[in-house]
Amino acid sequence: MLRFALKRAVAAVLVLFAISVLVFLIFFATPGADPAARIAGRNASQETLQQVRESFGFDKPLPVQYALMMRHLFIDRDLTSFVNRGVEVIPQIKQAIPITLSLVIGAAIIWMFFGILMGVAATAGRGSAVDPLIMIIGVIGVSLPVYWLGEVVNLMTQSRLHDSFFSWVPPLGYAPLSSGVWNWASHLIMPWMTLAVLYAGIYARVLRSEMVGAMNEEYVRMARAKGISERRVLWRHAFRTSLIAIVSLFGLDFGALIGGAALLSEVVFGLQGVGKLTYDSLQNFDLPVILGCVMYAAFFVVLANFLVDLVYALLDPRVRHV
Amino acid sequence: MAIGTTEVLSTPATQSAGPWRTAWRDLRRNKVAMGSIIVLIVIFAACLAAPLYASSVMHLDAFTSNLDGKFTVNGVTGPVMQSSDTGLGLGVNPIGPTWLWNNFFLGADNQGRDVMSRLLYGGRNSLVIGLVSATLCCALAGFIGIVSGYFGGGLDAVLSRGLDVLWAFPVYLLAICLSVVLINQSLTIGPITLNSGSIILPILIIGVIYVPYVARPIRGQVMSLREREFVQASVGAGATDARLLRREILPNVLPTLIVFLPLMTAINMLTESALSFLSIGVQPPDASWGTIINDGVGLLYTRPMVAIAPGVMLAITAVALNLLGDGVRDALDPKARLRGAV
Amino acid sequence: MSEPLLDVRDLRVSFRTRNGKVAAVDGISFQVGVGEVVGLVGESGSGKSVSMLSVLRLIDNPNCVVEGEVLFKGRDLLTMSDAEMRKIRGDEIAMIFQDPMTALTPVYTAGWHISEQIRAHEKVSKQAAMDRAVQLLDSVGIPNAKERVNSYPHEFSGGMRQRVVIAMALSCNPSLLIADEPTTALDVTIQAQILELLQNLQSDFGSSIVIITHDMGVVSQVSDRVMVMYGGRLVESGPRRDVMRDPLHPYTWGLMGSIPPTDGTRTPRLAAIPGAPISPSDPDRDRCLFSPRCRFASDACRPTPLLAMHTPGHMDACILPLAERPERRREALTPVEVTL
Repeated sequence: MLRFALKRAVAAVLVLFAISVLVFLIFFATPGADPAARIAGRNASQETLQQVRESFGFDKPLPVQYALMMRHLFIDRDLTSFVNRGVEVIPQIKQAIPITLSLVIGAAIIWMFFGILMGVAATAGRGSAVDPLIMIIGVIGVSLPVYWLGEVVNLMTQSRLHDSFFSWVPPLGYAPLSSGVWNWASHLIMPWMTLAVLYAGIYARVLRSEMVGAMNEEYVRMARAKGISERRVLWRHAFRTSLIAIVSLFGLDFGALIGGAALLSEVVFGLQGVGKLTYDSLQNFDLPVILGCVMYAAFFVVLANFLVDLVYALLDPRVRHV
Repeated sequence: MAIGTTEVLSTPATQSAGPWRTAWRDLRRNKVAMGSIIVLIVIFAACLAAPLYASSVMHLDAFTSNLDGKFTVNGVTGPVMQSSDTGLGLGVNPIGPTWLWNNFFLGADNQGRDVMSRLLYGGRNSLVIGLVSATLCCALAGFIGIVSGYFGGGLDAVLSRGLDVLWAFPVYLLAICLSVVLINQSLTIGPITLNSGSIILPILIIGVIYVPYVARPIRGQVMSLREREFVQASVGAGATDARLLRREILPNVLPTLIVFLPLMTAINMLTESALSFLSIGVQPPDASWGTIINDGVGLLYTRPMVAIAPGVMLAITAVALNLLGDGVRDALDPKARLRGAV
Repeated sequence: MSEPLLDVRDLRVSFRTRNGKVAAVDGISFQVGVGEVVGLVGESGSGKSVSMLSVLRLIDNPNCVVEGEVLFKGRDLLTMSDAEMRKIRGDEIAMIFQDPMTALTPVYTAGWHISEQIRAHEKVSKQAAMDRAVQLLDSVGIPNAKERVNSYPHEFSGGMRQRVVIAMALSCNPSLLIADEPTTALDVTIQAQILELLQNLQSDFGSSIVIITHDMGVVSQVSDRVMVMYGGRLVESGPRRDVMRDPLHPYTWGLMGSIPPTDGTRTPRLAAIPGAPISPSDPDRDRCLFSPRCRFASDACRPTPLLAMHTPGHMDACILPLAERPERRREALTPVEVTL
């Protein structure tokens, strides 16, 4: 088990390195992508460009630039923004993390609850109207654009029904947990629900297809032949073996969302999380912030992958000895 | 074996119809899938007819600003941009939906342009980008998956590590990174120059980022196919790599790729709309459902239909594509699994 | 015979399909006595597994219709409530399946599986159930049972896994054990061990056993009585000795002709049954279903010949005159010229 964990950890670090290089290359070495031109503005003179290149170190060879940036990011931890010079990157990310965490953890609890409930209910209701009904809801959930759903939710809660149903919904934005649990939660309930709709749909569909597959396995028939209740067959046998697929999916999605993939929800609901920070930095081409955010994102994704591998081994005895 | 049956004497079973024909027959019997196809055809046809609608029904160009435009309903003529009737009465609002086919059916946007016309034009881009990028993605992923899974060795190691890295990268972040760098400039690759704002750029970006999603399952499938008896038998019979790939591997991988196509089209359309919503997808004056939603956000509380209509179209199209994908999967390859979008 | 343990009367299992109703089991009746070992033989698709699965009501296909009566200790299993049925399953009637590789839920240990079954039917503590599991594993011949009880299915070999399945099936001392092709997926040497194990257990526990198999060899080794099925119908049934020594139905001859004789005589070629098994969707059912493949078929093969008793307990469904049968059988064993 320890060797297994070590091997995965080394692989994770390598992937992290590869991602940092990839992002660096996207911004610095894409044909036609001249960061100096972006910073200096569209109609900058050659001298200004030259000045910008020198002062930001763009005239150095690429590997040196990469090494410098990584040193500032990870070792000196004093990487500063190109756009707002003097503003450090790391504190900005630190400030954004609790917001993203609040959003994603809350949404994850909701979508796991509904996803599992829908998946299991659909499996149990095979052959009746329950199954197709739940699956249609799932497909709709998967097919709605998240940001659009968010805007529609805003339209309802902030404007159309704000005076009746949704008078308790505060204006868009975030309130820290320290300002009171209800204050924090009430700001987040709508974003949570919106984000959860998509993932609950995905998880219900995945879980159902896994469980229907498991229900056709011989071990389920064996379990029935043992005389245990149908509910036990469903949960302890079919669900338990299907859980493995759900957990690995959850790890990937959760990691990606913490890493900034929730940015559409953050933009729509005015939450200054990591995704929003990434988006803003991308808009004004603030390379150090972009790189910091993406590295942070990749770190979480890779960490989540690593944890998934470990949990996988706990859930599935067959993997442990590989 | 305890029971001997001589193949020679057995009466031929009912004429086997071949896998593709059986799949097509299954699909035709699937009411949900056929309904989805009809919905898709209707949407497609409507979007193709966008220029016709704009010129012959609406009589208004969908891409030029129409701030001083007029409209006539029931003989009453008024400006398209009306002075605001809410708040302090400052500023102007475009007219809302008239629900009249030939006259600002869904209202106007903040440039005074007809939303219905733009919705149809935008649908063309959304559908084209979704379809072409999904085809590109499946073709590319099929190629990588087959090469990597079939030849194995160092090539496979390099390719699958590459896929791992992309896989670990949140797709939306990757798409946004690429779009920010590429979308506002012209790109020259060899002899081909792509102008900034060309819809080929979002097609390429979206096509590439989802390659690992498709390539990984394909690679696994090819690797297990290689070990199967019928492939081993061909190897034993001295078949060349080219023949094996063409006769044994490709025919078995193709159904999976075809299953992925409608599902990927749905995912890609949603991704395109998200990028366009963030103004890094389709560039103005071109429209897509995503850009129209983005236009509508500014008018959300006054003229919500501008944002709602394209979202509804997008959702209907994606639902139809997903249901069609499920049907195709049931007919062709029940085991095909795509990460997340099962 | 006193009251039979299992009394199946005119069991019919059919599936509704697009092309109409398809009969997988077409009206079979048989009895299993207390402590008796019955072999149910037939080709794949002959309805032998389906008939036994429907006895336990384990077919969950919504298009499946089961008719007839299945009396177990005098009670009809087919009309029982689900809850009552669950009390019978695993406790009174246990079942083991063909493929031990897939019959155990991969994420649980051997001990977990066994104690789940015990605790489904008896109120005992987890620890007590685990202790019983160790004993059971020991009694089915798993070495080092105390440690192996914590092993996962993938850590056992195929034969060992089948032993775990058998231990699980026996954990509540069932009065009837249904074994569906228990040895088919195993190596030949392991097959013999498992059969021997079943026999020993039968004498120790006194359960009745129904062994479903396509292998006449298995039947001749363990069973007291043999039933041969074809096309969802019983074509011959009788005490093992009689059926093995003096088979009556041409289909049984074919089945037995396909085993190489072990008494030293060399046959130039094994006799094969020509043709393919009849499809359950074949609409022409009012005839002997084997007649299309039978060399001795004539117009007399329709309507369906009834099962007729020839010697005590030995019956078959064929129109050939009894006196002609030995002659015909010799004829049947000479292979037909196969034209390619």
